[in-house]
Amino acid sequence: MPAKNPMVATLSAGAVLAGVALSATSAVAQGLEVSAEVSAEVRYFADGPLYAGQLDRWQPSFVFEPEILWSNEDGKHQVAILPFYRGDTRDEEREHFDLREAYYRFNSDNDWSVTLGLAKVFWGRTESRHLVDIINQTDAVEDIDEEDKLGQPMVHFNVLKGWGTLDFFLMTGFRDRTFPGRDGRLRFELVVDTDDPIFERDGRRAAPDFAARYSHYVGSWDFGVSVFHGTSREPRFAIDQAGGRIRPVYDLITQGSIDVQYTKDAWLWKAEAIVREGHGRTFFAGVGGFEYTLYQVLGTGADLGLLTEYQYDDRQDGIVVEDFGAENAALFPGGPPAGTAVIAAPITVADNDVFMGARLALNDLQETTLLVGGTIDVADQSTGMFVEAERRLGEDWAVELQARLFLNADPDNFLFVFREDDFLNLRVTRYF
Amino acid sequence: MKTVRLMTAASLLALGVNVAPVCAQEAEAPSAPPAGDASAFAADPAARGETPEAQKGYDVSARSDRTDVGFGDSKVAAKMVLRNAAGQESVREFTFSTLEKVDESVGDKTLIVFQSPRFYDGTALLSHANILDPDDQWLYLPASKRVKRISSDNKSGAFLGSEFAFEDFTTTELNKYTYKYIGEEEVDGMMTDVIERYPRYEKSGYTKQRAWVDQDIYQTRKVEFYDRKGDLLKTLTLSDYREYGGIWRSHLFAMVNHQTNKETDLQFEEYQFKTGLDAGDFEQNVLTRLR
Repeated sequence: MPAKNPMVATLSAGAVLAGVALSATSAVAQGLEVSAEVSAEVRYFADGPLYAGQLDRWQPSFVFEPEILWSNEDGKHQVAILPFYRGDTRDEEREHFDLREAYYRFNSDNDWSVTLGLAKVFWGRTESRHLVDIINQTDAVEDIDEEDKLGQPMVHFNVLKGWGTLDFFLMTGFRDRTFPGRDGRLRFELVVDTDDPIFERDGRRAAPDFAARYSHYVGSWDFGVSVFHGTSREPRFAIDQAGGRIRPVYDLITQGSIDVQYTKDAWLWKAEAIVREGHGRTFFAGVGGFEYTLYQVLGTGADLGLLTEYQYDDRQDGIVVEDFGAENAALFPGGPPAGTAVIAAPITVADNDVFMGARLALNDLQETTLLVGGTIDVADQSTGMFVEAERRLGEDWAVELQARLFLNADPDNFLFVFREDDFLNLRVTRYF
Repeated sequence: MKTVRLMTAASLLALGVNVAPVCAQEAEAPSAPPAGDASAFAADPAARGETPEAQKGYDVSARSDRTDVGFGDSKVAAKMVLRNAAGQESVREFTFSTLEKVDESVGDKTLIVFQSPRFYDGTALLSHANILDPDDQWLYLPASKRVKRISSDNKSGAFLGSEFAFEDFTTTELNKYTYKYIGEEEVDGMMTDVIERYPRYEKSGYTKQRAWVDQDIYQTRKVEFYDRKGDLLKTLTLSDYREYGGIWRSHLFAMVNHQTNKETDLQFEEYQFKTGLDAGDFEQNVLTRLR
């Protein structure tokens, strides 16, 4: 048959499409593909601010995300450039630019590849918490769900064989976690001073991180085993009471993890577990549960998914170290400022919690979905709830409505700091 | 939680991806079937049955299926046009890559990558078809870089809101059915063998399918689908057959739902065969390298 080669990159009106060009030796689309998403967003907080300086109720913003993808004819060489910009007039810390991805990848004929540059990598199985996912830093000003990630500079070597997948990572150029500024909502009473972090390691952001992962599937089982050694993406906090600020503390850690999923009929059983050394006492954390889908409910084409997961974490994030000890004192070469207290581990709300959620997918032409969920603390019943509804509007538009509620927050639960931050977020996206 | 997008996509795309096999099986073989290749397959006695009608039905389907032997791998761009009873249209575009099964005890491997709507650009679905066990399927979400194993349980659900059910794509393997030979009938000037086939796999939305296979190049020309109550649900018409070095492919699958009056056309561009794809291109983690 005549090998037809529709390798035509068509540029049109700022948008593009390289179309459905098919490459010769891989399933990778080839040619140049340029596109973009622009979103307008507004958050409405149900209550006025709790802390001095915080914005009141309305927080409009926008997001601009271009996407430039290129691959040569045989798919061996790939380049991706995905910038991200959020404009936010109310919180200057939330107004930020990032290169989510900016990499070159070489795909060999022998099932291995090398990626150089800023990239995003996801590890894990569960829905309510991503314990195992450690390569990329969280972009915490985007949302509090830890789903948004910053691009990580890396050399990533990947081997894909019949016996499984091996990944090796060498990383430098540590990315600091983002935090809301003084004007922002969804923060602590004290503002996190992202300009003055503390690093345990001498090289600070240049100190190299290493990671490796093996993942595979056997029958109905999918699993992964991973290790990481380097600077923790999660900071713990040094509370500078005199300065009225929080300083992030980035420790050197070693983490081992496993993640597994068992798929049987309409049931997905999932679990993740980590052991981490480096923030005081070595700790364990796990999350596990199921996702069960009822297809074509009530005689319609809609699907209803039910999710339940249990979250456990025994880190010492409730312990404030007042007298430091040698390990913490070393973080402050000139001696710690008076009145400084250090929390022994990065804080988490997921220490002993149950997540339950339900997702309705109408499977209509506009792909309407509704997701409702909540995480409740078993010990004190502090609850974080959310609703997310999304649908397309025609071929090029989509709209998403999101709500977060913080209910029954116990003063001893970290959720307590968000108790006045219930909000509604409307997002309208145009695809180019 | 951005699970919304994830799960939406999962349910939308939870199809079992073997569109190409639809063609692969239905679109059969050249007028000179490769007898040598075909005889390399041993019929599955449970699928072939015992009565003469069952065996003849199986043999007609097997002849059709086996003339496709040796296509190796293929790639094709596809466009799905959905039309409701009022005539309003909606379009989805994607590419299919297919790797031929090694023998009839397993199924083909298929990768679908979506281009439009832009909402789903880059979303991909990988399927390893099995015969009586559920297919193995993984969904890839480009925004989160997540590869997620999904359930292939939703066989009778609609694929991307279309009139195609997931099982219309995934359950095209010969041994997923038992058969019965009905007789001969003329369709559009062609003599065809008419067979009925009955799903052996669980959770089908059909009690039976009636298929018309022409006697010249052994292509499936038409399929009627009967629902769980035994009523006629849909008719699929396959046309625009083109030959690629002895392998035939339909380039237009037109599905009409008689109960809702909705229609879906599945149109294929020119196929490419033997493009050099191998098993490594269909491992689940290759999804992270698509772009």
